[in-house]
Amino acid sequence: MPATTETTETYVTAAVRSDYIRIENFSFYYTATKVLHDITMEIPERKITAFIGPSGCGKTTLLRNFNRMNDLIDGVRHEGRILVNDQDIFDPDLEVISLRKRIGMVFQKSNPFPKSVYENIVYSLRVAGQNNRAILDDVVERSLRGAALWDEVKDRLHESALGLSGGQMQRLCIARAIANQPEILLMDEPCSALDPIATAKVEELMEGLKKDFTIVIVTHNMQQATRVSDRTAFFYLGKLIEYDETKRIFTTPSNRRTEDYITGRFG
Amino acid sequence: MSAPTDISPTTEPRSLAFKAGGMKRTAGEAMVWFSSMGLALGLLMVVGLLGVIVVNGFSVFWPQRIVELRLKEDSGARIRGSEYLAGEIRRVQTNTGSTIAEGGPTMERQLFIGNRDAYGLGFRFVKETDIQGETHPEDLLIIERMEYGDAIGRPLRLLAEDGRTILPGDPAFQSEMETTNRTVNRRRRAIDRIERVRIGNINLKMESLGFARKAAGEVNPAEIARIDAEKAALQADYEVLAKQARELRALQQTGKLFYRLPTGEEREMPMGQMVGFYFPNQLGLFKRMSLTLHNIWVFLVESPREANTEGGAFPAIFGTFVMTLLMSIAVTPFGVLAAIYLREYAKQGVFVRSVRIAVNNLAGVPSIVFGVFGLGFFVYFVGGTIDSLFFAQRLPTPTFGTGGILWVALTLALMTVPVVIVATEEAVASVPRGMREGSLACGASKWQTIQRIVLPAAVPGIITGLILAMARGAGEVAPLMLVGVVKLAPTLPLDATFPFFHLDRKFMHLGFHIYDLGFQSPDSEAAKPMVFATTLLLILLVVVLNLAAILLRERLRRKFASGAF
Repeated sequence: MPATTETTETYVTAAVRSDYIRIENFSFYYTATKVLHDITMEIPERKITAFIGPSGCGKTTLLRNFNRMNDLIDGVRHEGRILVNDQDIFDPDLEVISLRKRIGMVFQKSNPFPKSVYENIVYSLRVAGQNNRAILDDVVERSLRGAALWDEVKDRLHESALGLSGGQMQRLCIARAIANQPEILLMDEPCSALDPIATAKVEELMEGLKKDFTIVIVTHNMQQATRVSDRTAFFYLGKLIEYDETKRIFTTPSNRRTEDYITGRFG
Repeated sequence: MSAPTDISPTTEPRSLAFKAGGMKRTAGEAMVWFSSMGLALGLLMVVGLLGVIVVNGFSVFWPQRIVELRLKEDSGARIRGSEYLAGEIRRVQTNTGSTIAEGGPTMERQLFIGNRDAYGLGFRFVKETDIQGETHPEDLLIIERMEYGDAIGRPLRLLAEDGRTILPGDPAFQSEMETTNRTVNRRRRAIDRIERVRIGNINLKMESLGFARKAAGEVNPAEIARIDAEKAALQADYEVLAKQARELRALQQTGKLFYRLPTGEEREMPMGQMVGFYFPNQLGLFKRMSLTLHNIWVFLVESPREANTEGGAFPAIFGTFVMTLLMSIAVTPFGVLAAIYLREYAKQGVFVRSVRIAVNNLAGVPSIVFGVFGLGFFVYFVGGTIDSLFFAQRLPTPTFGTGGILWVALTLALMTVPVVIVATEEAVASVPRGMREGSLACGASKWQTIQRIVLPAAVPGIITGLILAMARGAGEVAPLMLVGVVKLAPTLPLDATFPFFHLDRKFMHLGFHIYDLGFQSPDSEAAKPMVFATTLLLILLVVVLNLAAILLRERLRRKFASGAF
């Protein structure tokens, strides 16, 4: 068995980059408070990487830096670099909109727009100026199938998205995030507000999405991290404590604090 | 037996503690009473005010019975020594002039006696002690006239237009009166059409020909000849129409009604003077109600007569409505854009804070100051400039350089813009952060996010601001007097003559109508009922506009039911 896994690994790694997102000595400040300390790590392409750690450890802050969502907050600054596919995302010449088009994001609380299901999905295309009905129709079906929602909503595409159930709304947000075919999918605790059945559906979905997208997921749920992720990073007080294969983190962690956290001694 | 002794030591202090706690809880009870009293007082005032307005406003339309009083020999209320006096009782009050010698305070009645042409006054106070007897004679007639208000009297004979004479005893008398009345009313409308619309159009053409002739100057004789020929043709048209109108006017004088005043004099009136008539003491409940509805209808759709104290208030209703709409159209984009910049783009700091304070202070500036500003800036500066650029040929007669509905709307927009800004800012700020982030994460720019996500979700809040602005704007009077409202406007701001929407026209407004009727009218007593009716109408108009806005808001809220509002 281990041998088979090994071969699959090597096969996949041959096709993908292991440093698709490269974080180099990255520190981040909210006004005077330093919330991320000198993070250096590489996130591989078309894998699921999980960020775990107790609340306030900076994992969401780091995730929101990947698509520069933190720009909206006044008084933030950073040190170090983050490179996506070798491109510095803080490069002043880079247009943040073009970056965000390459990086989809799913939020902790599902946030469908007060529009129809259809308009929610095509939003990212519409703002990019795409109004061709045939293309949009195609994107809607593909995205909704991708988010395993097609069969449930295909008859109510033009009804308000706010009439969906909580789990459906979150999957709609995933469909929306993948509609524009981004390279990276950021998920900030996507299942924290969902019941176990909806959670299982989203997790199953992530397995399928992995072959097309590089996924980074922030989660508080240790089981979820073991179930879905290939690699896991443990953050504590703004520092990256340990980052390794998920299997190794959860079986033989090399750091005491990681072990304490995953065994539930704190956090 | 041991159980009670066990419990009692603990029960005792607990009940005490409970009592103490209970007293502490009631400590705030008084404030609950105070706050509820505050609300009750406010409600009482509002309901009282509305009650007074509704009762007085509706009583205008209700045809009252007419009482005929027999007065004592020495009564000061006698007119030309006549024993009888008839009229509607408008009020019963304590006689302020009564003395102790007369046996303490006595009551007096205010009587609407009509016949202002004969008596020179429309009202008479009659002391209760002067009254020997009162009856409600069925043969008393009220005639609504084009001039001098109502006439009250007994019909003697009707001279029909075909020369027949019909006596009141004749069973056909009433129907003959009605027929003639309908005929003269129809003819009056025809005269009005000829004089106002057709002759008005000719005048407009003549005017523009005059400008063209001036422009042609003395250098283009062919052009001048053509214009003069056209003018002559128009003049001929005018002569024909004027002759038609003259003939119709003459016909209006052929039918005559002879009637006797309650005080005895005999009078005659051309039927063309009559607007309507009824026998107030013959009316049953149903007839009375249908007459009330008819009066309300007349009030809503007809133009005012006789210094606005008679007839309807349609031009004022229409003017107020159009003005409020124009104001809303002007204030909404202005306020919304300002609020968006202030909330979304401006760097929050001392400057933006002071701008916000300034905007709020703007809402507290007395409205007359806005009126003065509107007169100086909009009317004289902007309007004057427009005139000198586009309407130079009409000068020195101003077109936009004088008060008009556009300037009123803009002045009011300026006055109400703080309300819209504040409401929009609140609404925009309360759009959930998650929704904005979701949009930005989809690759939308900030403006796209505002346009596609924030604004639609904020629309209900913006409409709330607009409702407040409309309520304030529609009821405002002081600034309007300076920038374009008049007592009597001959034309409406919207009509069938090109270019249909006349932004430069002066107009009538319900608020000003109230002021004018109540305080500028030669006979304020006669105008008083109209004041109430107009007030009621203004309130209703504001309510209707608000209801429309609220309905719109609810529809949008359902559409954007996001839990944010």
